[in-house]
Amino acid sequence: MRPFTYERADSPAAAAAAVERRPGAKFIAGGTNLLDLMKLEIETPAHLIDVNGLKLDTVEATPDGGLRIGALVRNTALAADQRVRRDYGVLSRALLAGASGQLRNKATTAGNLLQRTRCPYFYDTNQPCNKRQPGSGCAAIGGYSRQLAVVGSSDACIATHPSDMAVAMRALDATVETVRADGTTRTIPIAEFHRLPGDTPHIETALLPGELITAVTLPKPVGGTHVYRKVRDRASYAFALVSVAAVVQRDGGGRVALGGVAHKPWRVEAAEAEMPRGAKVVTAGLLADAKPTHDNAFKLTLVERTLASVLAEAKGQGERKAETP
Amino acid sequence: MHHSGDLDMTRRGLLLGTAATAALTAAPFRAPARAATVGETAMPPPATGADAPSLSPVLSKVTFTVNGQRRDLELDTRTTLLDALREHLHLTGTKKGCDHGQCGACTVIVDGQRINSCLTLAVMHEGGDVTTIEGLGLPGKLHPMQAAFVEHDGYQCGYCTPGQICSAVAMLDEIKAGVPSHVTADLNAAPQATVDEYRERMSGNICRCGAYSNIVDAISDVARREA
Repeated sequence: MRPFTYERADSPAAAAAAVERRPGAKFIAGGTNLLDLMKLEIETPAHLIDVNGLKLDTVEATPDGGLRIGALVRNTALAADQRVRRDYGVLSRALLAGASGQLRNKATTAGNLLQRTRCPYFYDTNQPCNKRQPGSGCAAIGGYSRQLAVVGSSDACIATHPSDMAVAMRALDATVETVRADGTTRTIPIAEFHRLPGDTPHIETALLPGELITAVTLPKPVGGTHVYRKVRDRASYAFALVSVAAVVQRDGGGRVALGGVAHKPWRVEAAEAEMPRGAKVVTAGLLADAKPTHDNAFKLTLVERTLASVLAEAKGQGERKAETP
Repeated sequence: MHHSGDLDMTRRGLLLGTAATAALTAAPFRAPARAATVGETAMPPPATGADAPSLSPVLSKVTFTVNGQRRDLELDTRTTLLDALREHLHLTGTKKGCDHGQCGACTVIVDGQRINSCLTLAVMHEGGDVTTIEGLGLPGKLHPMQAAFVEHDGYQCGYCTPGQICSAVAMLDEIKAGVPSHVTADLNAAPQATVDEYRERMSGNICRCGAYSNIVDAISDVARREA
């Protein structure tokens, strides 16, 4: 790990200013992803600003009936929040499907959104990677790509976003709140927060340098049956091959977002209109522009079958009882 | 009867001695790399000036409580909580397995919650309250979970055991506090203390010997007695 200087911030704007002032500076909150990458010298910040003291760790009701989740709310606390369990079950389920108990106790809401990819070529510093070293090439294309993206990828990058939480937040139309060094705030719809790789896979979000996430807001509950289904190589503690976050209404309509298939949580609103007609039609809409590799073409079938299982579960025909009536 | 304690040598001392010998044999003209992290007092002072490139190690002071005892440390900012415990406080019960949050051998309890001590910086725990395996119980006065692991043979080589035990103790507290898990059937009901719950919740602790069934027996035993 490279040496770095360290300070604790005492306000969100001061933290943003501290990062903006120092080239190579980064925020640290839970640290579970950043420290892993610093040990491998994939991340090499010269200065760390510890934001854990910023008191952004509460979940509060909003005036319009939604929830405002502080950036520092830990994954365990968010999954266990009674209001999230009751009204946003898909979010609790997604959080609980991710990582391990120890990691969820440290990982934060904002940090989870900012996770880097788990593409093995991003992690292997002996390999070219446009995300790690812009312009160096992509060893994943033509390499071992079983885990990697099937849709929305580019000639520069076929990495996936590893988060489960973000997939549920995409289905729930969450909004990301931020602050900048001069104290100005803005809100970014989650649909626009994560970017597709294009020619610049190293730029992963809409955040500007020094911009700090302060909260994630959920709109008022939409009802329906909430399901999160994650398919992975182990029963627990593994990243998704494919995951489906769904909110299904009584008439069979609803929302679907996918994890494990793209550089960002994948949702196609137009495809959702077909939900009453079943998984095959919806999947065709979701993955219309898919460009799988030889290794990961199985994900197209896996999405359809997982979605079929989720829709059956939501109707009460599945192996597991629906979580919310 | 001979007892291993009769020898004035610990397993750790023996291993370190062997490693030093091996290092000298393999690379007689280079100091062992280990010395750089152990000799914390030999560190140069921190880089000065807000924009100075911090190419040399940076020291920072931190104070936290470990097993009820206040500890004042001055550490390279890169020092993880795990390395602070093992290399600076010589609490070697906490183990370094993968050092990347994948195996759980380094699990300790901080402010009541189990975490991977390898994926957190020591300087981030100012004022924190850390409990390691040594703080749960000691020979002759074992924590119920330690005693249950012995009784149920919840290990073979023992390397993952301190992490398993710290994790298990905090995990049962999480169930009591009503934290749901991936296998909890009804999100709106209190989670139950069941074998399925233990297996899912302990998935962050890997045992390469495969002592899982006995580990689950030990945890079930403790949970039953506490109920």
